Amino acid sequence: MSWRADIGLEVHVQLRTRSKMFCACPNAFGAEPNTQVCPVCLGYPGALPVINQEAIRLTVRTGLLIDAHINLRSKFDRKNYFYPDQAKNYQISQYDQPLCVGGHLDFSVNGESRRVGITRIHLEEDVAKNIHFDADSGVDFNRAGTPLMEIVTEPDLHAPEDTLAFLQALKQVLQYGGVSDCNLEQGNIRCDINCSVRRADAVNLGTKIEIKNMNTFRGVFRALQAEIPRQIRELERGRAIVQETRRWDDAAGRTESMRGKEDAHDYRYFPEPDLPPIVLSEETITAWRAELPDLPAARRARFVAAFSLPEYDAGVLVSDKEVADYFEETVAAGAPAKAASNWIMTELLARVSESGESIRDLKVAPAGLAALIQLVENRTINGPTAKEVLATMLVEGGDPGEIVSKRGLAQVSDAGALENFIEQVVASHAKSVADYRAGKQPAFEFLIGQVMRLSRGKANPQLVRELLKAKLG
Amino acid sequence: MSEPTTWTLAESARRVREGAISSLELTDAYLDRIDRLDRAIGAYLTVDADGARAQARAADERRSRGERAPLLGVPVGIKDVLNVSGWPCTCGSRILEGYRAPFDATAVERLRAAGAIPLGILNMDEFAMGSSTENSSRQLTRNPWDLERVPGGSSGGSAAAVAADLCPAALGTDTGGSIRQPAALCGCVGLKPTYGRVSRYGLVAYASSLDQIGPLTKDVRDAALLHDVISGRDPRDSTSLDLPPTSLASGLGRELTGMRLGLPAEYFIDGMDPEVETAVRAAVEQCKALGAEIVPISLPQTRYAIATYYIVATAEASANLARFDGVRYGRRVPGEDPIDMVERTRAAGFGPEVKRRIILGTYVLSSGYYDAYYLRALKVRRWIRAGFDEAFRSCDALLTPTSPSPAFRFGERTGDPLQMYLSDIFTVTVNLAGICGVSLPCGFTKAGLPIGLQVIGPALGEAAILRVAHAYEQSTEWHTRRPNLAVGEGAA
Repeated sequence: MSWRADIGLEVHVQLRTRSKMFCACPNAFGAEPNTQVCPVCLGYPGALPVINQEAIRLTVRTGLLIDAHINLRSKFDRKNYFYPDQAKNYQISQYDQPLCVGGHLDFSVNGESRRVGITRIHLEEDVAKNIHFDADSGVDFNRAGTPLMEIVTEPDLHAPEDTLAFLQALKQVLQYGGVSDCNLEQGNIRCDINCSVRRADAVNLGTKIEIKNMNTFRGVFRALQAEIPRQIRELERGRAIVQETRRWDDAAGRTESMRGKEDAHDYRYFPEPDLPPIVLSEETITAWRAELPDLPAARRARFVAAFSLPEYDAGVLVSDKEVADYFEETVAAGAPAKAASNWIMTELLARVSESGESIRDLKVAPAGLAALIQLVENRTINGPTAKEVLATMLVEGGDPGEIVSKRGLAQVSDAGALENFIEQVVASHAKSVADYRAGKQPAFEFLIGQVMRLSRGKANPQLVRELLKAKLG
Repeated sequence: MSEPTTWTLAESARRVREGAISSLELTDAYLDRIDRLDRAIGAYLTVDADGARAQARAADERRSRGERAPLLGVPVGIKDVLNVSGWPCTCGSRILEGYRAPFDATAVERLRAAGAIPLGILNMDEFAMGSSTENSSRQLTRNPWDLERVPGGSSGGSAAAVAADLCPAALGTDTGGSIRQPAALCGCVGLKPTYGRVSRYGLVAYASSLDQIGPLTKDVRDAALLHDVISGRDPRDSTSLDLPPTSLASGLGRELTGMRLGLPAEYFIDGMDPEVETAVRAAVEQCKALGAEIVPISLPQTRYAIATYYIVATAEASANLARFDGVRYGRRVPGEDPIDMVERTRAAGFGPEVKRRIILGTYVLSSGYYDAYYLRALKVRRWIRAGFDEAFRSCDALLTPTSPSPAFRFGERTGDPLQMYLSDIFTVTVNLAGICGVSLPCGFTKAGLPIGLQVIGPALGEAAILRVAHAYEQSTEWHTRRPNLAVGEGAA
């Protein structure tokens, strides 16, 4: 008997705005606890919220990017529950009139194209952070009241692999849209998973389990890898799945029960009386639509057409918006597109994936990389030297031209100097010379290697090849 | 020169401006009177004598430099529900013990900008929930006309202070009648502006969609003056209206020719005090004599107003008061864990009426009850508004009693919440509809208790209702009467 899993997500995304959702405090990560607070986000008596219009724009922009319907009239509601990380003990959220409804996101998994329906996108305020010490607990309200966008999907995902690929595609869209930094370490994207299992031929969805507060994509993947078989085991043993909320224990590698349906909160939503409804005009939506950036698929096509890049290169470059931007800036700074692509894909991305940094954190800016490529193109240095220079730049920064001249790395293209090296090599490697003359090509490559070694790598390899060939007849 | 504490706000401002009295002398006169009399009245929770004197000296300094401001150097009392930077703000509740306001409410900021001096904090029903100020956890406030009776509520401290000449004017707040009803019971003028006229920033919310700040004063002109000062758009309150500044004080006249005043049948009910009905009907006749046309009308929605009010207001209150949890400010009762701490804090910090309304509000919003109560109440609320809209198509303003009875005795209604809720039967409709209303004296009972006349106007109809109120007031002498406060009073 085969089983089928149905997975839907509620993805919480921190928006890239300068200030918080309902007050002027900065929306920034990493400050000293409780330094980015005011009477509004601390829920002081008498303080009132004011809507951050940029957060509205970014949410609508996300809706436009996923083909959602934008509600010209929406509103905020109060979601009531007591918890010390909530300043007002209610959260300003959107209940029955969210900013965006419907829409879909296309992505591919294992080369197969897939589509996930989006149910709705709404805007709310984030909660504070509880910090637990040995004896007691503290609350850091810096995050309280920062704008949080919630994207709810249809249960259109069916496997951990799907879900991971969807999240990566969503992250790309959000980054491309400039909606969020999508920095997972800073908790920019967190999600709740809804997961159920049914017999492959069943028409209706199985009973849903919610797994709360996932903050890494890897965690989502692993949680589903554990949860789906758990539900199948239960059903195969003839036990019913009871609707409940579970949490993921990453260390133990399993989900565990948090609370049952009977303990579910009654949030007592009602319209937020401190805020008027959000009314958007068709003109505003049209203007926002005109500002939409290229999405990855479109940008990939453009890279192939405009820069004659292979499909593969274009695909790798656009998979991260920052990398694609970096590439375009390198080309704009004068580097040939294919060379820029090669350097970024092989050298820089390797470095980035090792260190876990963003390409923007590297000490080599696009202009520096373009200058380095120029030095290779005009034969000032050869390829291996260029890699050496890049390694220096990655550690110390600096201008590649200066590094080359300071260290005397410029390529030797002077025929006299090269012939001198060639004569020494020919004299000391008689056997290889004989082998070459007997028709053994590897011997020739060996001799070239020896010349390069004598020149400490600075010889112009093309010229060495020509001169050696002439010498050996 | 008459006793300075008997002067109106306008008169006080004029005399300070003209140099007939210094701000410091005027302020000291009030501080002295509070010292002598307030032990008997109990209007003030805190008097900022040092702060007021310092500001009075600064005002005198400004005046001597030739500076002008509408209320320069005049003290004003503030209800305990408004944030005044550095002052306690307890909302009459134990749960805010020790709390000090970190900022000025916008209305207070505007008072200061007009040169006024916040004098002290006035008592109120806890979180503005009540009609007698008996729900204050802090102290009892007595009606200056009869010390055995309540001053009304929830702005009871504000009304009592104005009536007893303990300040020339005060700010109050009105969610279901909390300015107008105590004004009626204490014989002063109380204006509830149109929802959105005055910024609510810094007003500790009871029911956000109903709350409005307004003046309690000795006459109608002062109410207009104070309204002009505190009203106007505030970007910090998204529900405040973007309108040009008002100049209501300059638009007041003495006759009512051409005005059509509606008399809603539903506001003259069985069981209302006959002396109240007689006084109000006489006031109607007086308006007619001043040239107004009286139009009998019907507002059948009125009978549903109290039920609607206690659903909408308590629903909002249940969320608004959730923030008082002991985590960030105010009183905290330690517990075994954070949730236990919150429960103990709220159990100890809130009084019975506040708890009753939180429970009621939580109930009407609960899953399964929301449609039957909250949603239906919102529908009735729209219907009430539509009823007023209809009435104002044929009338410029409406005349009604403010309260069905004059001031009642302490304890008379505390055992019966429903009886207490009915005190607001003529005032809650105005808040539900978001329109404006003013209460002013229109007579006294045989026992010498003040009776209030309410003039109701459409949204943004403050000019019309104050015109009616002022013309009526100036044709009577009710507003000039003062309670006889023999206690500690010398032979003035």
